[in-house]
Amino acid sequence: MTETLVKAPEAAESPNVPRAVKRRRRGSPVVRWTLRIIAVGYVLGLVALPVVTVTQRTFGNGLQAVLDSLQNPDLISAAKLGLFVAVTSVVINTVFGVGIAVLLVRYRFPGRRLLNAVIDLPVSISPIVVGVALILVYGQNGWFGGWLESNGIQIIFATPAIVMATVIVALPLVVREVIPTLEEAGTEQDQAAQSLGANSVQRFFRITLPTIKWALAYGVVLSLARSLGEFGAVRVVSGSVPGVSQTPTLFVNDQYQEFGPVAEQSAFTAAFALMLIAVLFIVVIALLRPKEKTQ
Amino acid sequence: MSIIVSGINKNFGDFVALDNVNLEVPRGGLTALLGPSGGGKSTLLRIIAGLEFPDSGQIEIEGKPATWLSPQKRSVGFVFQHYAAFKHLSVYRNVAFGLEIRKRPKAEIRKRVMELLELVHLENFADRLPSQLSGGQRQRMALARALAVQPEVLLLDEPFGALDAQVRKELRDWLRKLHDEVNVTTIFVTHDQEEALEVADEIVVINNGRIEQIGSPTDLYDHPANDFVMGFLGPVTKLDGKLIRPHDIEVLRNPGPGTTPAKIIRLLRVGFEVRAELRTDTSEPWVQLTRGQAEELELAADGMVHLRSY
Repeated sequence: MTETLVKAPEAAESPNVPRAVKRRRRGSPVVRWTLRIIAVGYVLGLVALPVVTVTQRTFGNGLQAVLDSLQNPDLISAAKLGLFVAVTSVVINTVFGVGIAVLLVRYRFPGRRLLNAVIDLPVSISPIVVGVALILVYGQNGWFGGWLESNGIQIIFATPAIVMATVIVALPLVVREVIPTLEEAGTEQDQAAQSLGANSVQRFFRITLPTIKWALAYGVVLSLARSLGEFGAVRVVSGSVPGVSQTPTLFVNDQYQEFGPVAEQSAFTAAFALMLIAVLFIVVIALLRPKEKTQ
Repeated sequence: MSIIVSGINKNFGDFVALDNVNLEVPRGGLTALLGPSGGGKSTLLRIIAGLEFPDSGQIEIEGKPATWLSPQKRSVGFVFQHYAAFKHLSVYRNVAFGLEIRKRPKAEIRKRVMELLELVHLENFADRLPSQLSGGQRQRMALARALAVQPEVLLLDEPFGALDAQVRKELRDWLRKLHDEVNVTTIFVTHDQEEALEVADEIVVINNGRIEQIGSPTDLYDHPANDFVMGFLGPVTKLDGKLIRPHDIEVLRNPGPGTTPAKIIRLLRVGFEVRAELRTDTSEPWVQLTRGQAEELELAADGMVHLRSY
């Protein structure tokens, strides 16, 4: 579901071209209509139909069935865990994301290009691999696993591992949103503030943060969506114990695979809820994007 | 002396930006650092501001050693070529920035900011954002912002470089007047010799990381220390192997003591000025005359004249 939130390429960037020129239609009507039908058919088949089906299946047994399935204690605990994991990892990614972005843009140091490349790794690597890697490091037989266990700290098959997996998977989103804005702003405003007597903390809160605020907001919403929707990495490290380490996406998956109408209703209710949240994020992003551009 | 720069060296990799630079800037003066791009003048200004640190050498500002002081502790106002306006803050908040950092009482800030906005003729633009101002207005705002904290030294890095010619001329006159009003020690960097000659009390010519000459505008124009300074400060031409200003060549109809015969190749009228391109046996000088002079001498292409340096 998060795939639909990926930012589209900036098409209408040239500000010098008047609107009327940009909007003028080109090509023959046949080509135009063919392209339109292909585009609409594509979106219908890949996005609209599945969405409609999920909605239909959710409310197929009436509103009462939906409300009843919301009472499922496993669903409630999954929602709580999902919210906790998403908020925690977004906070962590926001703090470190902004830090890394400032580091990459403003400072030149050995290993800078390596760091820059590593940031993007979670995008190209399969989440399953992230999960397996975490187990290899923190699991019972992993590098630190034995030591952690003997000290009574459980990471794998518990909330810490779920948060870690989510943080890794959503790591690039804030960084990649903030970097272009920081680069565009340059360092002169910062230097001007410095010559006016502002120390680094004052400069960060009075100059840097206001400069990147819309890009940051955009990145935060993207990571929130990504964190709530994460499945693969979390599946591997959580163990998916209902009521304990089951996030909403895992709940949907497990309930769907279980037999019986009650489980199926629960799966669709949860899926519908996740979808609704995704739509909400899309609306927020649509509202944020123009502001990001005018900055 | 307000600023004393002694023995400053600065390299960027293999590139020598400043090579043993020594300079004393008098208190209350308006000094221009003049030179070609890449000559090191901006680097020197940034080192005085603390935005850059020297490889070796000392900086002293108002009697205090400042070489390793961070910019926020130097009492230096800095104005950037591209304004460096705080884009998210109104004109008022931009100017108030330094005072807010210093936690001055609100009423005092308000009074000071309004005074400064009046000084730079932006009192009606207090609530605008920088993006709603023209380039010239933004630069005046940046000046007011730098002056708000009452710095001991005001540094301007190519302050009018990003503006068009008309606005640049206006702001130049205005900076001169402003300086006479506030009287803060000011150094500005420029590569425009006209700007330096017109505005500055003292000009420091910098080239290849070295100071070529220091002096008043008249001094430098009339007694350049070397060919580089002469060539950089105004038009030059060559007469019999000697570098000379084209308006320092006397044109005569008849030969006399110390004259050189020359053939007129071309006459060019530029407004009220006439340029005569000539050829002698050994050189091809050009001479700058007024239209009246040209008419009196009855100059015409292919005619012969006799040249003598004043």
